[in-house]
Amino acid sequence: MSELVTVGQAFKQGVAEEMRTDDTIFVIGTDLVRRGGHFAQVKGLADEFGLARVRDAPISEAAMVAAGVGAALSGMRPIVDLNFIDFSLGAMDEIINQAAKMRYMSGAPVPLVIRASSGVALYASQHNNSLEGWFAETPGLFVVAPSTPADTKGLIKTALRGEDPVIFLMHKRLSGTRGTVGGPDAVVPLGSAAIRRPGRHVTMLAWGAMVAKAVTAADELAVDGVEAEVIDLRTLFPVDLATIEASVRRTGRVLVLSESPRVGGVAAQVAAQVQESVFDWLDAPVHRIGAAHSPIPHNPTLIEALIPQPADIVSAVRTSMRRWPSTDPASADLG
Amino acid sequence: MTAADTIVPIDLEGLPTRSLPEWLETMVLIREFESVLDDLSLGGKVVGGVHCAIGQEAVAVGTSRALTDDDIITTAHRPHHHALAKGMSPDAAMAELFGKATGCVGGRGGTMHLADFEHGYFPGNGIVGANVGLAMGVALSLHMRGVPAVACALFGDGAANTGRTWEAINLAVVWKLPLVAVCENNMYAVETRIDRVTGGDSIATRAAGFGLPSAQVDGQDAGAVFRAVREARARALAGEGPTFIEALTYRYLGHSTGAEPAYRSDEEVNAWRSTRDPIDRLRAALTAADLIDNDQYEQGVARCRQVVANAVAAAEAAAEPEPASAAAGVTGFVVTLPKNLHE
Repeated sequence: MSELVTVGQAFKQGVAEEMRTDDTIFVIGTDLVRRGGHFAQVKGLADEFGLARVRDAPISEAAMVAAGVGAALSGMRPIVDLNFIDFSLGAMDEIINQAAKMRYMSGAPVPLVIRASSGVALYASQHNNSLEGWFAETPGLFVVAPSTPADTKGLIKTALRGEDPVIFLMHKRLSGTRGTVGGPDAVVPLGSAAIRRPGRHVTMLAWGAMVAKAVTAADELAVDGVEAEVIDLRTLFPVDLATIEASVRRTGRVLVLSESPRVGGVAAQVAAQVQESVFDWLDAPVHRIGAAHSPIPHNPTLIEALIPQPADIVSAVRTSMRRWPSTDPASADLG
Repeated sequence: MTAADTIVPIDLEGLPTRSLPEWLETMVLIREFESVLDDLSLGGKVVGGVHCAIGQEAVAVGTSRALTDDDIITTAHRPHHHALAKGMSPDAAMAELFGKATGCVGGRGGTMHLADFEHGYFPGNGIVGANVGLAMGVALSLHMRGVPAVACALFGDGAANTGRTWEAINLAVVWKLPLVAVCENNMYAVETRIDRVTGGDSIATRAAGFGLPSAQVDGQDAGAVFRAVREARARALAGEGPTFIEALTYRYLGHSTGAEPAYRSDEEVNAWRSTRDPIDRLRAALTAADLIDNDQYEQGVARCRQVVANAVAAAEAAAEPEPASAAAGVTGFVVTLPKNLHE
């Protein structure tokens, strides 16, 4: 249990454990059998479970997702691995019009997991779309975006035991992140956030790679005596509003961090929900830190300029603390 | 010479003789059912417009009679004939068109989204081409679970020009799935004639390029459709993979309620209606074979009209779905979301 595993290995462990107890679970995707997927996220599963349950498909995203929806309607629990979430664009009707709506329209559950790597990394604009907002706002879909190996394993197990379509997003830059994971019964429920770093002056809401940046920023702020609470949303639909509200009631300030452009998206939705539900506890406006309204370029310097960095977060927190002095004596004389 | 003289009876060779009067009556039921829809729609009883398949009844009955309840079909935006042929009750279908709580999916689906899992009628689709992939996915499940049944996709010539139809066909070929793909080529995608927008010799020859048996059949001949689907089903159950069938057919009405078919000539419509009508042709064959007489046929028509009248009356009398249920059952996992302030 104390062995450190990567996010990819954690995913594979979770899938393998569930496949051993439920023979309706199978995986469809490209380059799964020998390569184990582009991030080795299913490496070795074909050896254990055979080619019927780890199925190499052509690069036909619509057909892969349709196969998943049809099989899910007919007694199976498919995982469709799309490699990169950008490739979901070739199967958007299958996801939005078919998988998401089937239960509402016909009463039939669609226990389908669509796994994809997401988040901003290299390879320019067509491999770095932040589409989680599109999925999160579509009725009928669940969206998860774990940032640790333990959550990855716990959430894929929950997804495979549920009966709804789940968009399972694994951040590309976190693929090699190592950590401990739970055993076969350690599940993480949908819609539950995790407090990564407790604090009392400001709440930071983040997911994916922004969680680590938030923690880095929080460490820097702590030097000045500002204690930031970092909450990892983990599930982007439904968002764990109860945990967020409890935190904001304690801190009075909230920043929502994301790699997505600031127009629309999950961060905007969360910000709106926070101000609706805990407005009276706020000492400062809800603040969002997101990407510029731009596609992602090839050059790393340009990428860094577009995506929020820890320094941007620190600066935003300091501005927030300065503009709206808190009654908390610990922060009254800050900056 | 009367029109009846030019009607070519279908060939009854190899058909289940005793069942054929039921085939005919089901085709009549479909036509009677759809014949009342335009008025009900324009009168505001049926919510919104509908796409009728009058003229295409042989494809539906020929296909469904070659299948069992364990076999499933998926359909597109012109589905009533398939739903009724596969066994959906006319009451449940009509109530669904009315949007009533007693509809087959409680008023949530309407014309394009009928469903009846018990009879193997999987939820219908409003998106052209989408249902082929879903049938392929069901075929994958049947294959993996070792269920001796097939999945049959029924789609139009329009769907044959979507990329994902062929993605699904290809995947069914490489995975040898028990899929029967039936393209109902009625020559028009909405108002666009197929030869203006379709490359190659035919849809069937295009399909053959994907490496599966593919052939055209006379879609106005329920027996020809039946034989083709029965053979395809047997191949699928023998583990030999999918089959493609292009059924050449024709819809008599416009694309949807109130649409005037100004894009085609009266001569063309009349040629199909007067000599190739699928009901006339099956009836002529049954009459010639002494399987049905005029009185029996007229009694059947009267029964169908009564069934439809009853379905309309029941749908009119049925309750509306509960407004409080409007957002229920979107997911299995219960999600509590913040309400609007006024709620």
